[in-house]
Amino acid sequence: MTDSAMNSAGRQSLYEFRDVGLTLGGKLILNGIEITVRKGEILCIVGASGCGKTTLLRLAGGLYRPSQGSVLFDGAPMTMPRQDVAIIFQDYGRALLPWRTATGNVALALEAAKVPAAERKGRIEASLAKVGLADHADKYPTEMSGGMQQRLQIARCLAQEPQALLMDEPFGALDAMTRQSLQDETLALHADSGATIIFVTHDLEEAIYLGDRVIGLLPHPGRVGIEIDVHLPRPRSQLATREEPEFLRLRRELFDFIEKSEGHR
Amino acid sequence: MSSDRLKGLILPALAVLAFEIWLRAFPIASDALAPPSAAVMALAQGLADGSVLLATRDTLLGAIIGLGIGSSIGLLLGVLTGLLPPLDRLLEVSIESIRPIPSVALLPIGLMVFGFGYALEFSIVAKTCLFATLILTRSAVRGVEPRLMEVARALRLSPFARVTKIVLPAALPQIFVAFRLAAGAALIVAVTVEITINPQGLGHAMMTAQQALRPDVMLGYLLWIGIVGFLWNAALLLAQRHLFGRAAVSEAMR
Ligand SMILES: Nc1ncnc2c1ncn2[C@@H]1O[C@H](COP(=O)(O)OP(=O)(O)OP(=O)(O)O)[C@@H](O)[C@H]1O
Ligand SMILES: [Mg+2]
Repeated sequence: MTDSAMNSAGRQSLYEFRDVGLTLGGKLILNGIEITVRKGEILCIVGASGCGKTTLLRLAGGLYRPSQGSVLFDGAPMTMPRQDVAIIFQDYGRALLPWRTATGNVALALEAAKVPAAERKGRIEASLAKVGLADHADKYPTEMSGGMQQRLQIARCLAQEPQALLMDEPFGALDAMTRQSLQDETLALHADSGATIIFVTHDLEEAIYLGDRVIGLLPHPGRVGIEIDVHLPRPRSQLATREEPEFLRLRRELFDFIEKSEGHR
Repeated sequence: MSSDRLKGLILPALAVLAFEIWLRAFPIASDALAPPSAAVMALAQGLADGSVLLATRDTLLGAIIGLGIGSSIGLLLGVLTGLLPPLDRLLEVSIESIRPIPSVALLPIGLMVFGFGYALEFSIVAKTCLFATLILTRSAVRGVEPRLMEVARALRLSPFARVTKIVLPAALPQIFVAFRLAAGAALIVAVTVEITINPQGLGHAMMTAQQALRPDVMLGYLLWIGIVGFLWNAALLLAQRHLFGRAAVSEAMR
């Protein structure tokens, strides 16, 4: 698929945030959020710490309900978590069951979805294979490195066969090398599954490298401050893509935005 | 057994020996004391004629059934109050007003309700076990990693599956510690109930021997209660190691 097709505005939308506001503990956290997420795209969300990125993702996951406006998924209001929307948390160490092996952790998603036992084995193996953990199926999370644990969490989400993957700074705690491989694996999984991805990160380069679009949030209360289209060809490559003039221009643009937004507070 | 642990046995062994020599050298007619050898003989005799085993059966029955009743109710209430703050607030006053009452202080009421016998012992033991299990289970359930609860929500696990697949396994090592504590207390309380009023089991047999001026039999029972208590705790410890070796390790590594 060509780059311009990926971004064609005519594509159907999966998510629509309509004038969404959220108040938590008497405090206005998000206000007037208008975002459309197109089917199959990777939308990256950046912004200063505390501006509401995680909160926005939790709204998309149905873990919060908006206090104002509405979050539509496939045209219907998102009122609770859905089986076909998977959330990948940053703190993979806490999001996995330490008493279950890799296989057991992936199985949890299938048990929740009431997949018949006979079908599970194959789907578990396939999910683990997609993230390169086929040879570690019997390991417990504590026996795995951070990168492997995050891969395992991704495998559990893939087993749900989600339409949308919501990722909250998933690679923030990993070293640079592991992060780059996981970025590329994410792109490959995306190309393979066609799932829609909302990807929260504070790493501006990561946002441009992965995204079809990048949205920058302004803090206090969290609202959309900038929206840019990333016209970089796919498949992307860690070296070539990051050296493209367009990449550098976008990086500059986002960098200036963040710097200004931090002056905002 | 390591040589260090054997060293620990030296002092008690010497004390028993000294006691034996002393009572043999200066024989006194005592209502409370008998040489250790006489106690061992009395115990051997009791074991041979079956009276000790019968009393042991009664005491263990009291401890085990009381423990079973008390800890199952405690587990259920602990999980429910741990998961449902409104229920916890509803029960808080009731729980906190009954919990501090020493189990033995409930004996008079228990006696009025149940009369002498097994039911009395079950109920008093169960009261002890219920609260020990309830309090520790509740705090274990509250301590379950919130992120895991969120994963459960995001995956849309049913409430029942949340309890069986997330909450119980996560809290299980601590719940078993609670069970071990409750079990230790169960035996103590069972014997106490027998010593104070219930005419059955090891505690009662010991009191009967005391009143019959048979210090050797009384001490024999005491020795036997010690042995039973030791084996009871050893069995529980072994079960814990066996069941939770792996979970305890991964818990510690988190
Ligand atoms: N449950 C809550 N109750 C009250 N305030 C909250 C709650 N959750 C988050 N907040 C506040 O909302 C704001 C946004 O939080 P959020 O976690 O969404 O930020 P973020 O952009 O993800 O930050 P970071 O980059 O540090 O992860 C913060 O000021 C935070 O203190
Ligand atoms: Mg966050």
